[in-house]
Amino acid sequence: MAVAAPERLRGTPVLALLLLIGALLISVVLAIALGPTVIPLGDTLRYLHAALTGGSIDPADVTGYSIIWQVRTPRVLLAVVVGAGLAAIGVAVQAMVRNALADPFILGVSSGASVGATTVVAFGTFAVFGVYALSVAAFLGALGACVLVYLAARTRAGLSPLRLVLVGVALAYGFQAIMSVLVFLSPQGDAARTVLFWLLGSLGSATWGSLPIATIAVLVGVLLLLRKSRQLDVLALGDETAASLGVPATAVRRQLFGLTALVTGALVAVSGAIGFVGLVMPHLVRLLVGASHRRVLLIAPLAGALFLVWVDLLARTLVPPRELPLGVITALIGVPVFVLLLRRRGYLFGGR
Amino acid sequence: MRVRWDGVGVRVGDATLLAELDLDVASGEILGLVGPNGSGKSTALRCVYRALRPSTGVVWLDDLALPTQSLLDSARSVAALTQDSHAELDFTVAEVVALGRAPHLRGNQALGERDQQLCAQAMRRTDVTHLAQRSVLTLSGGERQRVLIARALAQDPKVLVLDEPTNHLDLRHQLGLLRFLRGCGLTVLIALHDLNLAAATCDRIAVLARGQLVAHGQPVEVVDPELVRTVFGTKAAVVTHPDSGVPQLLYDVTANPEGTS
Repeated sequence: MAVAAPERLRGTPVLALLLLIGALLISVVLAIALGPTVIPLGDTLRYLHAALTGGSIDPADVTGYSIIWQVRTPRVLLAVVVGAGLAAIGVAVQAMVRNALADPFILGVSSGASVGATTVVAFGTFAVFGVYALSVAAFLGALGACVLVYLAARTRAGLSPLRLVLVGVALAYGFQAIMSVLVFLSPQGDAARTVLFWLLGSLGSATWGSLPIATIAVLVGVLLLLRKSRQLDVLALGDETAASLGVPATAVRRQLFGLTALVTGALVAVSGAIGFVGLVMPHLVRLLVGASHRRVLLIAPLAGALFLVWVDLLARTLVPPRELPLGVITALIGVPVFVLLLRRRGYLFGGR
Repeated sequence: MRVRWDGVGVRVGDATLLAELDLDVASGEILGLVGPNGSGKSTALRCVYRALRPSTGVVWLDDLALPTQSLLDSARSVAALTQDSHAELDFTVAEVVALGRAPHLRGNQALGERDQQLCAQAMRRTDVTHLAQRSVLTLSGGERQRVLIARALAQDPKVLVLDEPTNHLDLRHQLGLLRFLRGCGLTVLIALHDLNLAAATCDRIAVLARGQLVAHGQPVEVVDPELVRTVFGTKAAVVTHPDSGVPQLLYDVTANPEGTS
């Protein structure tokens, strides 16, 4: 009896991919059109067309055009990139430390980045980098934190998943303490507020200039992870079993660590620490397409991108002219959806 | 494929987990490793499936030293059922078994016709075909164990390393597995706690205690009350199985422990 080639083993989830890509394209255009000032869809498409083809527009349309092309388009595209990156890295981190509670920030990335960002906000360091000072400081802070976590978690026996999580969480407390001290000592009165807003994540500072590095980091990250997807499957069976299947667990974990540090650092630098996407998207996607990393890594970036585009749209339209931090909305929407799905599907991660 | 431990020792810090083990297993032979907890059975096996690098000595597969082969190369000839088998992600049974083909495939290459056949065959052998689409997380301990054995078989190895494969298995599946091992023609290295099953299954038995090889030979040579008393600190009587002629141990739980200190 030929076991009918199990379906969940085989396919690329083509239908889901096409649906998500379609939904994402539509959402991007809608998110560009909508905002405190609504630009009619027809105009939006006309401006986008003009910008992409180098066409011309009426002088009367310049304001609308610059809102669309200079402000909203880079912002929405950055939402796509950041959402995709966080979701994909979330998958990688959960595989690396074999822990359901892990997210891209578990390795101390976000708290390290916030220490860097706080020095900029509170004391004006890194002024030589001008408008990019915050990004540069956050990126360096993130990398510094990762290096510390790596050195502290490493033993002769390799990188143990549990130790990575524990060290990451413990050092995060340390970084948070340093950040608090910096805020208290700051001569700037509103430092605390600025830092809090940054910590909760925002795409408000998105420009065309912030896109390329983040985009390249995410693209390279997702492609590398896709290439490694079977190794990630094997890693989930345990380090010993992985060795017996020809996968050197510690080496793979080290590569994942480096990848996570760089990509998350690049994302944090342009968007702050947007929580929840990297934790929940991987689970959500696994609920829908199963655990196989190839499928999860194909779907998760698109799902994360779609999610963050809408979250950002809400962030800038709910209470205009003010903007809500993204982390607030990701959690407000994400938590109920996640809990519902969790209960409905009898999802299991890490046993019963 | 012949497997040879050549002076294999494992030290971690000051502790010697395994001291200079020399053992030679002929192609197609079933070697049982028995011994009390912490005697070094798993350590010896881990050096073969390369979860552990020995501090001294070398494991040979035929006339190739393991360290000269890549992890992937040796995974094509040695499959293992390990003790640390995690199952945390919601994989289906079929997906887990298919991972046994990983060392034979490049990167993300899809499973071919032959790979599919080997997986189906492995699942039939351990009687898990009907579970193919179930999530491994919903299985009982014994079912999960059988899935993991199927995964090792799907690897199509020449050497099968099994660390306590009968854990969680019911009697029927224990005997089914051991019977399959006897007929499979692979070189089998198997750690077992149950001396009677070891005696019934293995061509030769190696007895380890505190990292040392204390006895080895055919079951009839090794399984005797004196050895059980010195190695396990337990009193046992040996009888001969009326049909197979294999020595089997009988224990008396009401008797006072003897030889324990």
